[in-house]
Amino acid sequence: METAEAAAAAPGQIADMARIAAAAAAADPFLPRVYRVRQARRELGDTVTLELQPESGAAPAFAPGQFNMLYRHGVGETAISISGASEDGAGFLHTVRKVGAVSAALAGLEPGAAVGVRGPFGSGWPLAAAEGADVVVVAGGLGLAPLRPAIRHLLARRERYGRVAILFGARHPRELLFRQELERWRARLDVDVMVTVDHADASWHGSVGVVTPLIRRAAFDPHETHALVCGPEVMMRFAAGALCDAGVPQSRIHLSMERNMKCAIGLCGHCQFGPAFVCKDGPVMRYDRIAGLLAVREI
Amino acid sequence: MERLDDLLAGHPFFAGMSPELRALIAGCARNHRFDAGQYLFRESGSADEFFVLRHGRVALELAQPGRAPVVFETLGEGEIVGASWLVPPYRWNYDARAATLVRAVGIDAACLRGKCEADHHLGYEMMKRFVPILVQRLHATQLQILDIYGNR
Repeated sequence: METAEAAAAAPGQIADMARIAAAAAAADPFLPRVYRVRQARRELGDTVTLELQPESGAAPAFAPGQFNMLYRHGVGETAISISGASEDGAGFLHTVRKVGAVSAALAGLEPGAAVGVRGPFGSGWPLAAAEGADVVVVAGGLGLAPLRPAIRHLLARRERYGRVAILFGARHPRELLFRQELERWRARLDVDVMVTVDHADASWHGSVGVVTPLIRRAAFDPHETHALVCGPEVMMRFAAGALCDAGVPQSRIHLSMERNMKCAIGLCGHCQFGPAFVCKDGPVMRYDRIAGLLAVREI
Repeated sequence: MERLDDLLAGHPFFAGMSPELRALIAGCARNHRFDAGQYLFRESGSADEFFVLRHGRVALELAQPGRAPVVFETLGEGEIVGASWLVPPYRWNYDARAATLVRAVGIDAACLRGKCEADHHLGYEMMKRFVPILVQRLHATQLQILDIYGNR
């Protein structure tokens, strides 16, 4: 941690302090553990993927769909979905878009900078339950980030699933997140990848339009399908509606919800969503349990 | 004519339509092929035909003075291009460009409107098939207007 005490301490003392902090963090979910930025990769103009590695020890295991609370010292803390594991498995990937003071501070971090991390928290995508069934992944904009670990999981265990469709919508061809990885997925013969953008010029040869009509074009057996949906809430409402229209049962449609998460363990109430807390009962929630709440403005 | 009827029979837009009504529509149909870059129609042109897409992708675009045209939607196999033929003064409000090689069946609008006037059962069948398309496109446009992926 970049405190005065830590800066003045000898390297061995810092390692001891980090080990003590790690042990304490495991016991106390409110205590951030110190991580360092190993790599910062610019994805889009305002979006960066940070590779975070614990200052000592290994990062805890996470389920695709979970999030961490990232704390930039002196600025504040925010909930950021885990967008993958680092290549060596020793840390987390977090894809951060600058939308506020904390996310802007995080997105501006250079390799070596310290970040406080609490987590992982929350529910994950139902990847075990989906085994043997078709899977439709519907992502909009930055919503691809929390889905990327799930997609990697599906593709790494491709034989366990039926048809897999990845439907991705973005604002403009310039704003396609994880473009190289998308192209790799698209090059596979065992997955159906469709990409659309809201607006484009004539140099774009792909699909233009919103993501929801892609659901009608994708091949899947609606009665044997699990759908994983993440994006802006309006998009998710429309996507869930289109999946229901296609015949997918509401109980097999899963949305990753976003609310103002603060404590991350269901105590503070900031992320209350009807009878549930998004941090504890979500962020991945079954559509049949929240469909009635999505249309309530006050929630 | 039989071949055009067969082509229409295999298109989702005509699913469930009686062969008699489909044959009436096929009487107004002709085959088209557009190479990539060719226009199916241009803005302000007379909407005297609509297109049943069999193959390829069509980009719907709006031209802006001094700027590259903006593509606001693409349509593909199994979809329909053009609704302005339904509503007076029957003028296109955008350009439709073949983004790839396109094969389509064109339906002569004046011919079909005349048949719909003469046979309201046919007219109602056409309305039942066009209105959902218009509603779906309206919903899609609402999402686009919201600019949901932007920073807010």
